[in-house]
Amino acid sequence: MDEEYDVIVLGTGLTECILSGLLSVDGQKVLHMDRNDYYGGDSASLNLTQLYQQFRGTPPPEALQLGRDRDYAVDLIPKFILSSGELTRMLVHTDVIRYLEFKVIAGSYVYRDGKISKVPSTEMEAVMSPLMGFFEKRRAKNFFQYLQNWKEADPATHQGFDVNKSTMKDLYAKFGLEAGTQDFVGHAMALWLDDDYITKPARQTVDRIILYTQSMARYGKSPYIYPLYGLGELPQAFARLSAIYGGTYMLDKKIESVNVDPETGYFTGVTSGGETVKAKKVIGDPSYFGAGKDDSAEGGKIRVIETGKVIRAICILKHPIPGTDNADSAQIIIPQNQVGRKNDIYIAAVSSAHNVAAPNVWIAIVSTIVETSVPEREILPGLQLLGNVVDKFISITPLYAPTSPGTNDNIFITKSYDATSHFETVVEDVSDVWQRVKGEKLVLKKREVEVEA
Amino acid sequence: MSDETPVKAVQVKLVLLGEAAVGKSSLVLRFCQGDFNENTSPTIGAAFLTQKCRLENRIVKFEIWDTAGQERFHSLAPMYYRNAQAAVVVYDITKAASLEKAKAWVKELQRQANANIVIALVGNKLDLVSESSSTPATVTPAAQETETEGEDGEDDSAEESITPTPATESDDARQVPTAEAEAYAKESGLLFFEASAKTGHNVGEIFTEIAKTIPFDTITPEPATAQTGNRRSAGNHENNNVNLGEGQQAKKGGCC
Repeated sequence: MDEEYDVIVLGTGLTECILSGLLSVDGQKVLHMDRNDYYGGDSASLNLTQLYQQFRGTPPPEALQLGRDRDYAVDLIPKFILSSGELTRMLVHTDVIRYLEFKVIAGSYVYRDGKISKVPSTEMEAVMSPLMGFFEKRRAKNFFQYLQNWKEADPATHQGFDVNKSTMKDLYAKFGLEAGTQDFVGHAMALWLDDDYITKPARQTVDRIILYTQSMARYGKSPYIYPLYGLGELPQAFARLSAIYGGTYMLDKKIESVNVDPETGYFTGVTSGGETVKAKKVIGDPSYFGAGKDDSAEGGKIRVIETGKVIRAICILKHPIPGTDNADSAQIIIPQNQVGRKNDIYIAAVSSAHNVAAPNVWIAIVSTIVETSVPEREILPGLQLLGNVVDKFISITPLYAPTSPGTNDNIFITKSYDATSHFETVVEDVSDVWQRVKGEKLVLKKREVEVEA
Repeated sequence: MSDETPVKAVQVKLVLLGEAAVGKSSLVLRFCQGDFNENTSPTIGAAFLTQKCRLENRIVKFEIWDTAGQERFHSLAPMYYRNAQAAVVVYDITKAASLEKAKAWVKELQRQANANIVIALVGNKLDLVSESSSTPATVTPAAQETETEGEDGEDDSAEESITPTPATESDDARQVPTAEAEAYAKESGLLFFEASAKTGHNVGEIFTEIAKTIPFDTITPEPATAQTGNRRSAGNHENNNVNLGEGQQAKKGGCC
């Protein structure tokens, strides 16, 4: 451990593993450590024993007959991958995709007036969809055609509407879309968690709808893909990329201290197991920098702050989610307006089809951003859609963000995994940290073709 | 590849294990590229290599995963073992401790990997010991090798130089007697070879023998997978499976 590294990365969550991989490919000497003896941190997937151990401290009850332990890979944070999104691009560009196998999520649903309906993926489905009345369907069709034809460089396609200046509210008004349709477009397609977007420039929402429809068009059924054996495969795959490019991996390393120069305040190294490793920079998840500790002011400096709380309920079912046509996997969005909330409630369900549960078992995770002092009551509208729940594990997790960009002390902290249903914000965080660490924008280059026999 | 065969190549994931510096990467480089480099630096930059092995009735395409150094601090991810159908566990016949390490890896494989994984125990660096200690007769599986001779493998030529490097220093370098390792392999149900990545001796045989031993007809997919009939290991892409990367599987020619 007496070598000196360019970067020490703390925590093997997905964000840290992507960064570690990219930095190693970039030629940096990386030491990657984790306090746990397994990969993934918060983005790990647990088998049944680990799941019960973590939440109950007991083994899985035999009476529930949940099947074999090793058949399970239960995600702690529910997310799917948008098939045309940034994470997919990253997986392809780094070639990490070779270590993984993916399946399409079978359906995407949205809750309206007490029941769920499929988010239309084809024109045919749109015509059949009970989500809109006859005239509204025509208005919606015009709206989608406008987006489909919209080209940045061709002002004629903008039809006199400036997406960078005018708000989404104006765009809805332009096509006369009803409130219910707005809910569906803004939440089930643009995937906004709340309604703040309506009064902001339409640009971002337009981009998100285009991303959604492109992702949808890629494999049909739903805009999402999911790795076999669970999301925990993702950090492992990027860690392998890092290792292949010379990154050193050490698991099961308790981090005693993150050291800074008392004079300058700059990072100098990390102490673990009584040994100190030197490095120029450190990147890590908030838990390595005081998050969740009463005494979060490490060395008199508060490095992370809580930005909100997410409640997640991992539910074990022995049947598919009612109303999903026996889908082996699904996303259900409950737009906030539908249940009188400020933030949407999400349900993400996967099953043995993705090698994450025993045969005939579904894992559904209901989640939302906490708004009240009784968060468990807030997810009831989601739980009610699931039917009989065999067992349920609830967590209420604070989200943390760094207090400073790290450029003045070489301590670069990532964000907690948020309540969104996909990985776009994770990749945003990766790009952001990269820019802070390297002082330049992250440009993905196709990985050089390696020695291929 | 010279001729077209109607037989479709069966893909097999093979993982390498063994202590640092026993020559894991060298063995694979020899197998895949017919090459040996005296001073290979610790593995960098190779995600995995592929090489085909032609048997009488099928072509086996090995997808060979290197540890990428993640074994050093016991940080190999479960993903590494996932769906591996074969493993080559390497030790250095001039280092007794490396066999003990190999035994630990075999245990780890039995704990983490598929139950029917084919494991080959390989004592490398045969070129460092004198001939007398390594009479080919003791290397059992290689003895049955002849039948697959029809391959168009170029690196087989290396076998001309079977007689390892001049036995100047007498047998002192050897620390692991053939019989000892072989007895362990037998009782643990492993294939066993002594080989030299440097001369190429026995290297092709390791992979051919593995290819012959894998129970292709009775491969039991991972339990959960069985339900969907999706068999990842055999490279079947079923219903909802997704192929994202256009150029993701760089193709190559060449055969063992």
